[in-house]
Amino acid sequence: MDKLRRAVRRIHVVDDGKNPENIKNINPVHPLARLLVTIGYILTVVSFGKYDLWGLAGMILYLLVTGIWEEISVRDMPGRLFPVLLLAGMAGIANPFLDRAVLWRIGGFAVTGGMVSLLTLLLKAGFCVTASCFLIMETGMEGICYSLRRLHVPKELVTVLLLIYRYLMVLLKEAERMMQAYRLRAPGQKGIHGKAWGAFAGQLLLRSIDRAETVYESMLLRGYHGEFAGQNIRWGKGASFCYLFLWAAAFAGLRMFPVFQMAGNLLRGIP
Amino acid sequence: MGHGKDKEPGFEKKFGIKAEHLCFSYPIGNGNGIINGSGKEKQVLQDIHFHVADKESVGLIGANGVGKSTLLKLLVGLANGYGGVLRVGGLDVEKKNLAAIRKSTGYVFQDSDSQLFLSTVYEDVAFGPRNYGYSGEEVERRVAEALKQVHMEELRDRQIYRMSGGQKKLASLATILSMEPQLMLLDEPSAALDPRNRRNLIHILNEIAVTKVIASHDLDFILDTCERTLLLFDGKIVRDGKTEEILGDRKLLEESGLELPLGLKGQNNNQKKENGIGSKGDFGAGKGGTHYRGGSGKVF
Repeated sequence: MDKLRRAVRRIHVVDDGKNPENIKNINPVHPLARLLVTIGYILTVVSFGKYDLWGLAGMILYLLVTGIWEEISVRDMPGRLFPVLLLAGMAGIANPFLDRAVLWRIGGFAVTGGMVSLLTLLLKAGFCVTASCFLIMETGMEGICYSLRRLHVPKELVTVLLLIYRYLMVLLKEAERMMQAYRLRAPGQKGIHGKAWGAFAGQLLLRSIDRAETVYESMLLRGYHGEFAGQNIRWGKGASFCYLFLWAAAFAGLRMFPVFQMAGNLLRGIP
Repeated sequence: MGHGKDKEPGFEKKFGIKAEHLCFSYPIGNGNGIINGSGKEKQVLQDIHFHVADKESVGLIGANGVGKSTLLKLLVGLANGYGGVLRVGGLDVEKKNLAAIRKSTGYVFQDSDSQLFLSTVYEDVAFGPRNYGYSGEEVERRVAEALKQVHMEELRDRQIYRMSGGQKKLASLATILSMEPQLMLLDEPSAALDPRNRRNLIHILNEIAVTKVIASHDLDFILDTCERTLLLFDGKIVRDGKTEEILGDRKLLEESGLELPLGLKGQNNNQKKENGIGSKGDFGAGKGGTHYRGGSGKVF
């Protein structure tokens, strides 16, 4: 139950992130501009070479600036990143054993190419997931789906994406309610008894379908016809273009110049 | 199905409901919970006959499972395959007219959590007007007006999950008010509301001058909001008349699986009068429906 509650809370935290009540600096940037910047960021991040650790490290600047400017809560970020980092780590776990060429020496410790490529892989995964989470927190799933439609992504695909996001919440809440009812009648029992699993899962599915159907009916009765209506969020054209072009220029700069390495060299007096 | 050619003149301009010989049934299974196409059906509504005039407020009462919600769903085409005539705003309830009917009809579900599916009150209230293609300014105006009607202006940007049950119910109401409906269908609107929020909802509904059909087994709520009542029992309308008359008929109510509302039991009348509700004398009935004359109508 605690896990379910945490999952529901995490989604609420994502929703909170884009709530105007919680954002002091209401950013008049169009969701499409945000989506394009995020796509640009992800493409830039994945374009770095496997040994280009210092260049890649510079890409954290976007996350820092966005996080601070938008006042995004990063409280739950480690939890979100963990499974992705685990997966990326498993994909690159063999690198340190296969690639033993020494790239640098830090004190007496030899840093091999495999270690650097593993670290680069983890950073890439972490940066991309964080940027995606920031995008959802800034614009909301509706804003993203609306922007995807503006980019001519097929209607069916976008609708499925939005409905999955909405029904995920319905499913989690139903599961939480059922678990609560189960626990109250099964005190001291850890989890669900094996014999009850089948009925529990079946009931959860039926209840979720029922709830999802009502949600869909509610959408239909308010004019939903499978197409996204334009969002009239308060945004500025000028601000959106500035946002887009400034970040595009920043990404190009960060891709060409390893800012952290240059700053380090500057501090050490190396030309 | 309906007969689209015999429309009454002027009926379209006014937003009424016409149901004649309305029947509805749904397929049932083979006893093992499997719908096997055996042709077996459960009759939910039988030979329903009623008219609702423009701006009339009608209560739909009956015990659990008599078909109140089904009847409401039929009116907006959420349940298919009825027999007889069913017309809303002069249009037969059939596929080709559903878009037009739904545009002018607001449906408040019993469970607010199913009705409110977006993250904030603003997003949810703006959902309908946006889908109908109104301009940004018009959407803003409609949202502001709807929130004002339910006295929730200050909760415009509130997250839905942070709201109380009463606030959610009012937000649900605002989601349909922003569509500026001519017909409002409310399914158990007072369910799970505390007395204060219930009273608040009564005040708000009485201020809204559109055609209303309110399905409920909260008879006191019906007494406070509707001039006319339809009593459903066993899939049929067993009585159609003035609310006070029907709800004051103890024998009829008991035969239909209901009980006399508290407001008519006598012992609570004095207390109710002190609270400012419970008697139709507190509401002025006029052409534009009933209007509440007092109450702050604040959101609690």
